[in-house]
Amino acid sequence: MLFLTYLINGISLGSVYAIIALGYTMVYGIAKMLNFAHGDVIMIGAYIIFFMIYKFNLPILLSIIISILICLLLGIIIERLAYKPLRKASSLSVLITAIGVSYLLQNLAQLFWTSSNKIFPNIISNGSFSFGSISISYLTIITILVCLLIMLVLTLFVNKTKIGMAMRAVSEDKDAARLMGINVDRTISITFAIGSGLAAIASALFCAAYPAVYPTLGSMPGIKAFTAAVFGGIGSIPGALVGGIMLGIIETLSKAYISTQLSDAIVFAILIIVLLIKPTGLLGRKVNEKV
Amino acid sequence: MLKVENLSVAYGAIEAVKNISFEINDHEIVALIGANGAGKTTTLHAVSGIVPIKSGSIFFDDLEISKIASEKIVSRGLVQVPEGRRIFHNSTVEENLILGAYLRKDKDGIAKDMEYVYSLFPRLLERKKQLGGTLSGGEQQMLAMARALMSKPKIMLLDEPSMGLSPLLVKEIFDIIKDINSKGVTILLVEQNAKMALGIANRAYVIETGKIVMSGTGEQLLNSEDIKKAYLGG
Repeated sequence: MLFLTYLINGISLGSVYAIIALGYTMVYGIAKMLNFAHGDVIMIGAYIIFFMIYKFNLPILLSIIISILICLLLGIIIERLAYKPLRKASSLSVLITAIGVSYLLQNLAQLFWTSSNKIFPNIISNGSFSFGSISISYLTIITILVCLLIMLVLTLFVNKTKIGMAMRAVSEDKDAARLMGINVDRTISITFAIGSGLAAIASALFCAAYPAVYPTLGSMPGIKAFTAAVFGGIGSIPGALVGGIMLGIIETLSKAYISTQLSDAIVFAILIIVLLIKPTGLLGRKVNEKV
Repeated sequence: MLKVENLSVAYGAIEAVKNISFEINDHEIVALIGANGAGKTTTLHAVSGIVPIKSGSIFFDDLEISKIASEKIVSRGLVQVPEGRRIFHNSTVEENLILGAYLRKDKDGIAKDMEYVYSLFPRLLERKKQLGGTLSGGEQQMLAMARALMSKPKIMLLDEPSMGLSPLLVKEIFDIIKDINSKGVTILLVEQNAKMALGIANRAYVIETGKIVMSGTGEQLLNSEDIKKAYLGG
């Protein structure tokens, strides 16, 4: 029954990847850019939770909410200052800028908070549920539930609300959306805000599992989640969920049964194979370029 | 209602529209006809505020709109049905219509207009829950017009509504344009199909390589020898 435990842990890790992947996928869908600074927003989110709890002695939930709000604002500011001026520039310029923003955030964190590890507080109690011979920690269960809840709310938001419809319209045809009176810039801002707010939630869940906070904390989960987004089909919200969870399961099972050192290599090898067979990712749609 | 004065629009070094002026009075149907690449679409995009103008001014209800944001122009009652329909393929027919009313807050008015456009285009009602991308070309044109009507416009700019449609459908669409006009919506119609456009227009302007070269009533232009030669096939 060890396999089942690994599987559930994999789904839980994958849930964190999925939440982060949403940020990549939504921003890509609407602004057609890869926001490589997204992973570093996770890092900022983790520091904020850390300081709120240890420096200001705030309750855990309130600290997380403050972290969400600050990251949300950070996402809007990054988009406004770094990406908006490049709306008409080549995608390569935007990509390089995103990498620049990523390093900027990492270096600022190093400057203000040093590069030494800070121990993330224990935000979810250590207990676990036992089902027969399987035992699953509260954290694992909570992570999976939070991910499902986010997916549900986000799907409803995108499909049922007017802003959600506008987001889909902007992602499909910006000029047509403008002609309907949709404020494209504001819609892009909202998308960045949502993605960055979700990054803060992911930082809480990720650091609860791996409780160390340091300036490059966001790089690895960021890259993995980006991989998950591509794996599931970038631009697709269900794709982020499927891609994230698949990635989490593959990573956990490879660690358990093959090799801890090789697990990342296996993850990326599988990504390459999937993309060779289906270049748009598992749930990706082929976009017909208009001529 | 709409007055364009000495408008020039350039894409980089290329001037697509050169110093054109025209005006549209309340309740008129005015056609802008010309060949492919003459600058018709660029003119409409400049009016709608989605391409920046180089010089000149655009007055809508006596208010200069060439510097204001496109969504503000829509909320003032100027809407465009773009060339190639540009409906949202991954949204349902109903969602497309809701997006058309994006800036409106009057729920009752929106519901009423939804009924009105469904009565105007009964086929859209049958396809309410279908994705826009699954509609035929004619249905997409209807959806694009219905979507624009949902903004409750005073003036509607139509860019090549006949493009790619069968003659029968073109007639149907033009009848509906006349009907919309008779309900009080002013129409600016851009067309390559000069014969159809001149047939329903009160007045028309002929545009060639970015300049207006002729204007007159629809009938005058239909009977003009130059127009016959250039646009009506002899």
